[in-house]
Amino acid sequence: MLTRIRAPGVARAEIQTELGSVSLSDVRKAFGARRRGSAAVTALDGVSLQAAPGEIVAVVGPSGCGKTTLLELVCGLIEPDAGTVDAAPAALMAQRDLLLPWRSAVDNAALALRVAGVGRARAREQAIELLHDFGLDGFGHAHPHELSGGMRQRVAFARTLLSGRTVLCLDEPFAALDALTRQEMQDWLAGALAIAPRTVVLVTHDVEEAIVLADRVVVLSPRPARVVATLDVGVARPRRRTDPALVALREHALQELRG
Amino acid sequence: MIAVVLLLALIGAWEAYAQLSGVEEILLPAPSAVLTALVEDRALLWSNFTVTASEMGLGMLVAVVLGLACAVSIHFSAVLRRALYPLLVGSQTIPIVLVAPLLVAWWGFGLVPKLAIVALVCFFPIVVPTLDALDRVDADLRKLMRTFGASRWQTFRMVEAPAALPGVLTGAKLSVAVAAIAAVLAELAGSDSGLGNLMLKAIPQFETARAFAAVLILSVFAVVLFWLLALVERRLLPWAHQPRGTVP
Repeated sequence: MLTRIRAPGVARAEIQTELGSVSLSDVRKAFGARRRGSAAVTALDGVSLQAAPGEIVAVVGPSGCGKTTLLELVCGLIEPDAGTVDAAPAALMAQRDLLLPWRSAVDNAALALRVAGVGRARAREQAIELLHDFGLDGFGHAHPHELSGGMRQRVAFARTLLSGRTVLCLDEPFAALDALTRQEMQDWLAGALAIAPRTVVLVTHDVEEAIVLADRVVVLSPRPARVVATLDVGVARPRRRTDPALVALREHALQELRG
Repeated sequence: MIAVVLLLALIGAWEAYAQLSGVEEILLPAPSAVLTALVEDRALLWSNFTVTASEMGLGMLVAVVLGLACAVSIHFSAVLRRALYPLLVGSQTIPIVLVAPLLVAWWGFGLVPKLAIVALVCFFPIVVPTLDALDRVDADLRKLMRTFGASRWQTFRMVEAPAALPGVLTGAKLSVAVAAIAAVLAELAGSDSGLGNLMLKAIPQFETARAFAAVLILSVFAVVLFWLLALVERRLLPWAHQPRGTVP
């Protein structure tokens, strides 16, 4: 799949070369107490996290530990109760592709451009070019229900890239795919990010995905989430899953996860 | 197909009963008598049909415009939701049979009181599914639009309104059937033409078969309207009817 990716020329021209950074320090976020008597649930408790421009940081943690909350904070969708969040404008890509069923692949990919006020023709032109780079030639007019899960996720990724945000928040982007497609998409994403670098915060519960893709892996504890370990993945790209260094790191991360 | 067979069987049984039991035609006309009336009175039926059809069509149009306006304003404003929703439900408990003659007394025998009654009856089935569809738009989609910096209006135009269209069409389909009943009720309350008016006059004239023919025309019209809306739905919203594709 890697071979099908060409440099996304238009996208690169559109997007500022300066990549944004993300910095969370000592962030606390609690939810709930909606009904009287019910205790508030602390999702994040003193979480600090940095992503330098162009860095790919993966956040792994047990299910329900507040990983999604972390991304919503980075995207500015919610405010922290304590601590500071300092992030360049970020685009969110979720586990579900969230494509609009009435829009073609091209028009879905162009959604953020249309929101930003780009004219229909110009927005489509850019979307078509990027979909071409993503190996989706001939599927531009297809509607989401006519596309496979992997294709839909690539359209969603094109939409995220075309939002022009230099920080990408990926929330378990491939968790809904089958194992084989997931691996393909991980390799594909690694390739796409090598060509069009972005600052990425990748949230996942798949340790292998984190190790294969990220420069740095942050391991969170069960709720309330705290950072229990930070692992630097100093392995050159392109990476092979079977690389002994990666396998060792994976074991290390799993140990930290189990506590 | 099975519907046709069932219908033919019912008509056959009815014809047989009407022919063999010796029941008087003014009490129960046989299907063949209804057919005869349909052919012989076609000019009369047609001119009255156009009156009722325009009452139904225009009334539904009024209901759609007001219903959409109402659903959208309720969707945008929590205050309006609390203020309008109880009134909406309350409006459905108004006994049309009592109100219809009053409307005729206020506005005369013309089109206006018919439009008001048809619109009143059709309004609710349009508002509820539309509002429901607007409310059920995926919260994550709204979040996504916010990360793109979309305004409330852009989110409505690009996400919520298209997502609500199937609801609007469901509402329109629901209102077709009640529109026919509402138009007839409105005409019974006071009118000088229309299929309801024709039925009202046909019974005392012992033209029961003609009244049945009028009912038949009305039902067929409602079914055709319903089909047309279903066709529009399939053409306009093919995505709403496709099964969601799964993993490759």
